[in-house]
Amino acid sequence: MDTFGLLADGLLAALQAQNLLYALIGVTLGTAVGVLPGIGPALTVALLLPVTYRLDPTGSLIMFAGIYYGGMYGGSTTSILLNTPGESASIVTALEGNKMARKGRGGPALATAAIGSFVAGLIATLALAFVAPWVVKAALAFGPADYFALMVLAFVTVSAAFGDSALRGVTALFIGLGLGVIGIDLQTGQARLAFGIPDLLDGIEVTTLAVALFAIGETLAIASSRTHLKEEVLAVKGSVWMTLDDWKRSWPAWLRGTFIGFPIGAMPAGGAEIGTFFSYAAERKLSRHPEEFGQGAIEGVAGPEAANNASAAGTLVPLLTLGLPTSATAAIMLAGFQQFGLQPGPLLFANNAPLVWSLVASLLVANFMLLVLNLPLIGLWVKLLTIPKPWLYAGILTFATLGTLGANGAMSGRLGPIPFSFELLILLAFGFLGFGLRRFGYPIAPVVIGLILGPLSEQQLRRALAISQGDPSVLIASPIAITLYVIAAMAVLIPLYFRLRGKGAVLQQMASDED
Amino acid sequence: MSLSEPSISRRPDGAAFVIALVLAAIAGVIIWQTSNMRVPPIQARVGPTVFPYVIAAGLILLSIGTAVSALRGAFPAREPVRYGPILWIAGGLVAQMLLIGWAGFAVGTAVLFAFVAKGFGRGPLWMTLPIGFVLAFSIWFVFSRGLQLSLPMGPIERLVP
Repeated sequence: MDTFGLLADGLLAALQAQNLLYALIGVTLGTAVGVLPGIGPALTVALLLPVTYRLDPTGSLIMFAGIYYGGMYGGSTTSILLNTPGESASIVTALEGNKMARKGRGGPALATAAIGSFVAGLIATLALAFVAPWVVKAALAFGPADYFALMVLAFVTVSAAFGDSALRGVTALFIGLGLGVIGIDLQTGQARLAFGIPDLLDGIEVTTLAVALFAIGETLAIASSRTHLKEEVLAVKGSVWMTLDDWKRSWPAWLRGTFIGFPIGAMPAGGAEIGTFFSYAAERKLSRHPEEFGQGAIEGVAGPEAANNASAAGTLVPLLTLGLPTSATAAIMLAGFQQFGLQPGPLLFANNAPLVWSLVASLLVANFMLLVLNLPLIGLWVKLLTIPKPWLYAGILTFATLGTLGANGAMSGRLGPIPFSFELLILLAFGFLGFGLRRFGYPIAPVVIGLILGPLSEQQLRRALAISQGDPSVLIASPIAITLYVIAAMAVLIPLYFRLRGKGAVLQQMASDED
Repeated sequence: MSLSEPSISRRPDGAAFVIALVLAAIAGVIIWQTSNMRVPPIQARVGPTVFPYVIAAGLILLSIGTAVSALRGAFPAREPVRYGPILWIAGGLVAQMLLIGWAGFAVGTAVLFAFVAKGFGRGPLWMTLPIGFVLAFSIWFVFSRGLQLSLPMGPIERLVP
């Protein structure tokens, strides 16, 4: 069947009443959690993953699609009204969006973000549907050595290429890789680094690590900080509707943002958020009102928001077709798939085609629901923004522990007569790790990606070496692998060149902090 | 790398040296644990020990890099920490962990909620504990009855049919 037929079948599945309900719950929960200050899409997805555990795989992934898109929309609302981006990808939105809100044009800023996200999501999801089968076809030619090279490329771009220090990025990655070794080795069944603790034999849960690093680490960092930033939530005054001029200035920016964002997200390398920076730069250059930039130019919201959504849909290309997560959010989604025993990759398209296509279709559905839901509900989201910090963080930790217990609530530990949950102990320990990482300027995403991608890359490496009977030259024997290594080397050397030339400030802004 | 990083103080950074030591210690633990594994000779070549050794080697290099970076004072400036809130939050997490196994989800989570609020300066506990309890109990009800999540039950949760 061709792409159209498969997508139509997926749409039919996604449009069943029950699945529509799941999508609706997903986008509502996703937006509500994503809009909370300090919670980016990665944490939104990690916190809400346990909600989907009891559903069947299709229903769960549909709800998941809603949570993913909803979380991103919520993040942009926060950055426009509060100027504290929950995710690095929203930094640019905050630049102009918050200025617009200060001038009393918060309504049109939210509207252009919402409609731009819709346009970008629509085009990018369709592009995903049409690009994915091609990538799958190409991926079927990949051998284990090529997969390993691909993962090395992802490791390099996620940890070393962006961010303000390659040393700290790589250190974060290696912490993640080290955590990934814990547990039973998949190929020989031997326990590694388990220290005789039965709970460690299954390895470290990606969601537990992500929730601990993002939620608990962040809570500790904010609570222990002496400087309490005064954050004011800007009221949405006047009409939320955009004027004719707003429309005229927005739509080319939406389209440009989409076509900048999607290819960058779809590349099997980290750094999807840089699309928003490129889009901002492009709008600034092309605008007929360059003097408005920095004062609240609507193109500066429309373009980057579209780019953000398009690259988020783009990251699903390597995730679904190659099983390669290139952002913390994608890493958690991969964990969600694994929960159901599904391993994304070319074989998923072959063996579970209806499931993949109903996921893609429900992204379209979720996208549409967000457009319909969000502008009318904007008052409610603004209320969520004004929750005082003590209640907000008490609530976040409540849900963080709830999710952890929901995933693994066994009271397997024992302290004298008192049973306790080992998973909560891990949560606490990694919470402190997250606090330390934040405090010393280490990025978080490479830890999460290292944990989930480490074991997968080891598997490919050993498979490649087993086929070659231990001859390491097999790793650089194929042209695909060589190309990937060259790209990886460039991804390190080009930013290094910029840093040496004193352009580090731009890269520092691109520090992939959350997403 | 840290070659051109601007920094406010160029003095050696003590805390960063601790990080370097911790990284080296983790590498040591990985090497020690991995060398204790008994690997059948047939898997010796590309067996389960290769990857841990590679990671340990990487961590040692990173530890050296971190030490150099600490010497140059290349870590970003940090503000002093307030320890009170950290103790409240960590205390809340520990209390919840030790309570939920026998007192149930609602009681344990109520303590967590109240302690975290206290860490952010909101009290008094006699007010926040009941608020936390009502919230935690409602969450327990929705998630364990509505979404079939298996959450720990205590005497109070067992009263609900």
